[in-house]
Amino acid sequence: MRNGRPAKQAIRTGKQGNILNMLKNPALCPARRVIRVIAPALLLFLTQTVWASPTILNWQTGSESRVYFVESRELPMVDVRLIFDAGAAREPAGRNGLATLVNSLLDEGAGGLDATGISFEFERLGARYSAASGYDFASVSLRSLSDPALLGPALQNLRRVITEPAFPMKAVERQKQRLLIAIERKQQSPAEIARDAYQAAIYRDHPYAYPGDGTLESVAKLGRGDIVNFHRDYYSARNLRLVIVGDLDKEQAAALAEELTEGLEQGQTPEPLPAVGRLEQGETIRIEHPSSQVHILLGQPGLKRGDPDYFPLYVGNHILGGGGFVSRLYEEIREKRGLSYGAYSYFTPRREAGPFTASLQTRGGQEEQALQVMRETIRSFIEQGPTPEELEAAKKNISGGFPLRLDSNSNVLGYIAMIAFYGLPLDYLDTFVEKVNAVKLEQVQEAFRRRVQPERFVTVMVGPVSGD
Amino acid sequence: MTGLRTGFFHTAGKRLLACCLLPFAWSPVQAEVYEYNLENGLKLLVKEDRRAPVVVSQLWYRVGSSYEHDGITGISHALEHMMFQGTENHPGGEFSRIIAENGGSENAFTGKDYTAYFQTLEKSRLEVSFRLEADRMRNLLLSDQEFKKEIEVVKEERRLRTEDNPVSYLYETALATAYQTSTYRHPIVGWMADLEAMRVEDLRVWYDRWYAPNNAILVVVGDVDHKVVHRLAQKHFGPIKAGEPAAAAEVSEVPQQGLKRVTVRRPAELPHLLMAYKTPALSTQAEAAEPWEPYALEVLAGVLDGGYSARLETRLVREQEVTASVSASYNLTGRLDGLFIIQAVPARGKTIDDVELAVREQLEDLKYGDISAQELARVKAQVVSSDVYERDSMFYQAMTLGALETEGLPWRLVDEYVPQIHSIGAEQVKQVANKYFRDDRLTVAVLEPLSKGGEQDAQRQTGEAGNTDR
Repeated sequence: MRNGRPAKQAIRTGKQGNILNMLKNPALCPARRVIRVIAPALLLFLTQTVWASPTILNWQTGSESRVYFVESRELPMVDVRLIFDAGAAREPAGRNGLATLVNSLLDEGAGGLDATGISFEFERLGARYSAASGYDFASVSLRSLSDPALLGPALQNLRRVITEPAFPMKAVERQKQRLLIAIERKQQSPAEIARDAYQAAIYRDHPYAYPGDGTLESVAKLGRGDIVNFHRDYYSARNLRLVIVGDLDKEQAAALAEELTEGLEQGQTPEPLPAVGRLEQGETIRIEHPSSQVHILLGQPGLKRGDPDYFPLYVGNHILGGGGFVSRLYEEIREKRGLSYGAYSYFTPRREAGPFTASLQTRGGQEEQALQVMRETIRSFIEQGPTPEELEAAKKNISGGFPLRLDSNSNVLGYIAMIAFYGLPLDYLDTFVEKVNAVKLEQVQEAFRRRVQPERFVTVMVGPVSGD
Repeated sequence: MTGLRTGFFHTAGKRLLACCLLPFAWSPVQAEVYEYNLENGLKLLVKEDRRAPVVVSQLWYRVGSSYEHDGITGISHALEHMMFQGTENHPGGEFSRIIAENGGSENAFTGKDYTAYFQTLEKSRLEVSFRLEADRMRNLLLSDQEFKKEIEVVKEERRLRTEDNPVSYLYETALATAYQTSTYRHPIVGWMADLEAMRVEDLRVWYDRWYAPNNAILVVVGDVDHKVVHRLAQKHFGPIKAGEPAAAAEVSEVPQQGLKRVTVRRPAELPHLLMAYKTPALSTQAEAAEPWEPYALEVLAGVLDGGYSARLETRLVREQEVTASVSASYNLTGRLDGLFIIQAVPARGKTIDDVELAVREQLEDLKYGDISAQELARVKAQVVSSDVYERDSMFYQAMTLGALETEGLPWRLVDEYVPQIHSIGAEQVKQVANKYFRDDRLTVAVLEPLSKGGEQDAQRQTGEAGNTDR
């Protein structure tokens, strides 16, 4: 999911599967990059196969956690993901970085074991633990072989992490220092600088405005008390969606869910997040950076999960800048003019309005030209809408490609987690392509005109100052 | 399985047992791979995986940056870009439009030893991929006009990935320093000066030389019947004539005569240390007296960095608190000898020298200290489970086969990996540590951050928190 940054990656270097790294780090150099259009785009293919989307079983544990289970027997493994309403949007004012820090500390000492003890317990079983934190939610995941002699102790260790984290003082200090270093590292990346500035500008005083990793100032202020309180308030049973995918039957999954969550405090469902205000006027922000390229981001707050305009905007954006190698932005900026390696637009739906963003990077000196092409392409798309041929092609791509989106347990897990957290209907997958195919030309144009206002876009440019 | 009904959490007594039994629990679980060889020399590998109605098709060519010579670096990658710019039958971006209309996703990647093109499609559309790939294997237009535009895109890609990323820049410099004669010193994307000088005629020569069925491997994984795939391949690729057999120039690395050090001063916020030791690969070690050495190095990498409980993370990050992050990597499957690379960022208040010293202590400990049975068991347990987890991705399965074949190794090696790793003992790990972690195999590369004003940032060197000025 594009929602937020994985906290562990921000703090630690990649660790998983290092030993079996025959293909890890082959210094691959993909020439083209496909960026998913609307974050986890879900598509259903109904036209010519009898293949159906996975059956999702759904129930509630004794401690009132919602459970979502998909049985998948082909491989002898199980994925478990716990999604808590404990993302950066829940941080108290001035405590930015707290959600990421708490999430990264869960396995740094729990239930009588220290960080080495906890990680060794997972690793000796061949299990993989990971944790991630974004704006809307924070998650904890485990992948294990389904052999009960391995899965049992791995889950027991997972329960330790989620119900008995100790937040040892030494670990708190160390993870804080690592988070500060991660924040400093962002300052050497024009892309990261641009993203932080862009979010600050489009969200102003909304919780989405702050960098998810916090700032040097906010992280320095975080204390163990903040951590304990945040954990108590948000890592609770009622605040949890538990997703299980893999080699289990329903009874086994139910036993797993019960035992995993029985030690959690029941807790409270938190208040709804504040709504995102709309931008009254456009703004351009230039930040000087000693890079050779200028990174350009432009856009405004866009879509909520479950938004009634989702389908026309999703299909429309596929044509505008989301369809990989055949979108208008890609064509105008890269294919015709060679101005940038990447040229995209995307909606990133969140619980409250997530950003609508268009982006490119181009060498210093030609950024004004590139920006003009990008603005003009968006403007004419909104004015004239897509052609019937473009709409047809987009629908074919989305419907024909549906099975690709759910072709692995990892993918299924990600989509079910999204359905679970955002409370989307359980038939979301089954009806997706139908809804895509029902989108009409006028609806796309009407929705874009109403929801996307280029005159109110925030534009952020990070890079060398232009010679002129 | 009945034990499960009593719940998952009452099996603690089995812990040790599970741990000890693991190495023996493995049996080759990989599905069968079907190999076909077409008359024109094209090799076809098919693996049936029926978990989803999807098929992955990857066409691998034996050509990449290690096939290049000075002055033309980046040509394999630039050609990869041009492969999307049209043939006579399918001009312009028609390739991508057709794949998109069929619901496919596609891309390509270039490595040191290969250039590969792939499509993922609903299973009934496999023929679309074959028809288009067969067409662009021989019929690429390579127009000067398209090239002039596309090479600008490639240059932007280099700026994005390397010029403006200080750690990537350090990595590129480290490779170019460590290798003196081996063509592994070339950046895959190419030096900027070579991209500036590149002409479409150069690409034409490169294309004619390497893009032929006898230099390609077609890998298909998915919900398919291998016989049907073979017939389709025969139909679309069969008529293509074989090219002149072209052998890659083999330039071996001259023996290094002492420690190499290089400093990169770039605008950055954090210092970064990279230590690279020259090590053998499976392909170059096959005839040697100790063909198991790459597997021992693989286990060694796992002892150092196979998880959060591994040595580097435990000792350097959590116990000594000398590094903020640290990693070790080794790739046993290159076509030429490779590098065992350790990278680290100092913790606050620590210097690059502190980090290098701490890393060296760990390497000495591998040579002369004990490697516990527990550590080895952990590494091996992870290998066994990874073997299952990797089958969750059809793309990864196809990639493993294609990479091995283009790196001069038989695809059948996939079945040997787990038992070979299991055969490695502590003594063998110590042996390779002693043999390869020596200064006359080492290159040390250091990123020294320049503050945005151009002067070295003294504050960061002393490890104090500084304000970031935008």
